[in-house]
Amino acid sequence: MKMRTRDEIRATFLDVLAAIAPEVDPAIIAPDKPLREQFDIDSMDFLNVIVRLHETLAIDIPESDYAELATLDRAVDYLVRRCGAG
Amino acid sequence: MPTLGADMDAGTLVAWNVKPGDAVKRGQVVAVVETQKGAIDVEIWQDGTVEKLMVEPGVKVPVGAVLATLIADGETVAAPASPAETPAAAAAPQAAGALSHPTAAAGRARISPAARKLAEELGVDIEALVPSAANAVISRVDVERAAKEAKTAPAAGSKATGADWHAQMRVAIAAAMSRSKREIPHYYLETDIDVTVVGDWLAAENLKRSVAQRLLPVVPYMKAVALALREVPELNGFWADGAFRPSSAVHLGMAIAMRGGGLVAPAIHDADKKTLDELMVDLRDLVMRVRGGRLRSSEMSDPTVTFTNLGEQGVDGVFGVIYPPQVAIVGLGKVSDRPRVEGGAVVARKVVTATLAADHRASDGHRGGLFLAVLDRLLQEPEKLR
Repeated sequence: MKMRTRDEIRATFLDVLAAIAPEVDPAIIAPDKPLREQFDIDSMDFLNVIVRLHETLAIDIPESDYAELATLDRAVDYLVRRCGAG
Repeated sequence: MPTLGADMDAGTLVAWNVKPGDAVKRGQVVAVVETQKGAIDVEIWQDGTVEKLMVEPGVKVPVGAVLATLIADGETVAAPASPAETPAAAAAPQAAGALSHPTAAAGRARISPAARKLAEELGVDIEALVPSAANAVISRVDVERAAKEAKTAPAAGSKATGADWHAQMRVAIAAAMSRSKREIPHYYLETDIDVTVVGDWLAAENLKRSVAQRLLPVVPYMKAVALALREVPELNGFWADGAFRPSSAVHLGMAIAMRGGGLVAPAIHDADKKTLDELMVDLRDLVMRVRGGRLRSSEMSDPTVTFTNLGEQGVDGVFGVIYPPQVAIVGLGKVSDRPRVEGGAVVARKVVTATLAADHRASDGHRGGLFLAVLDRLLQEPEKLR
């Protein structure tokens, strides 16, 4: 599998998010605040984010890890860890 | 202006997706119309070329009014209009084909009683049906085909945008909800349901599944609500002409919030007969189209009841406003850890507050209470919900 940098993973995550919730603007995201409080994202949107991440990053995120994706910072940390990137 | 529901007498054209000279294909979304049931993408029912748009965005016109004229394939503008497609509006010029369903009786396709009944059951717009052969009577086969196409039709057309669209949606919601509170004597019931078992069952089930196959927590609730309605049919159907008309089918209207405000509650048909996987597929599909602003006229049918799941926003319970002419709305709040007393000891359990707002003309609190009790019972045996 191609190794991705942290910046690439961050960009991928933001792309996926914006594809699901068009109002997401990377410039205004507070990286340490819950995404669901900042944007109109419900459980169906969130599941679709998980599905797209599965498709683009080839990682299977179990339900028990969903909380790891609560904020932008935490999500990137988690995805970097799962993708084995640096 | 097509009719998109029993209580619709007019609609407001919100936006055109086509302009004069555009070639259009049958089933293509050509316009967005605001109705009392929300904003709907209107599909065209024959191939051709748009000749003229007759109604400006923002204008409200009665059902049957001509929205635009169409030149059929192989037809020239100068050709005489076919008798079946005489525009309803007297002032309208001779049209080769009206975008709205033809209202002239002369050439109107007839429909067999069995087909009409089936169309009502399946929520197929009779006016939009076309027989398989020219001048033939619309048959059950035609209805089934239309219902199937409605389910499988790819989403086409562009998204309606702008503040105008949302302003229209507010007008539609205001009209429907005002009518509800004016006409329907609501009664409200609530009960706390222990959902520890169904929650654990779903977590175990999802652990076995790939991400794309996972079920949302709402899905088993949808099935349980649909099954419980079968046992208390007074909550499933319509109040019309001073009487309750029960529905043998359970078409579960799912209240779905729209981006930027507003909501719609389109039906998931025969929710009581679908598996959890089928319900998940249907719900995903429906949410995607609602969020994309792409609900289609062929997908709008008459839900027999509404289900609202406001727990997402963190509320404990929701006391809904019934969507007329329905007679009930079922609500679920968020699932939370709450203390429960079991065998004299306090234990932590997953609990959800289920509510029912129902029309007292059609049912009484006793039966409404029974519904919530049945819902509770069904949720204790999630393996049977498949």
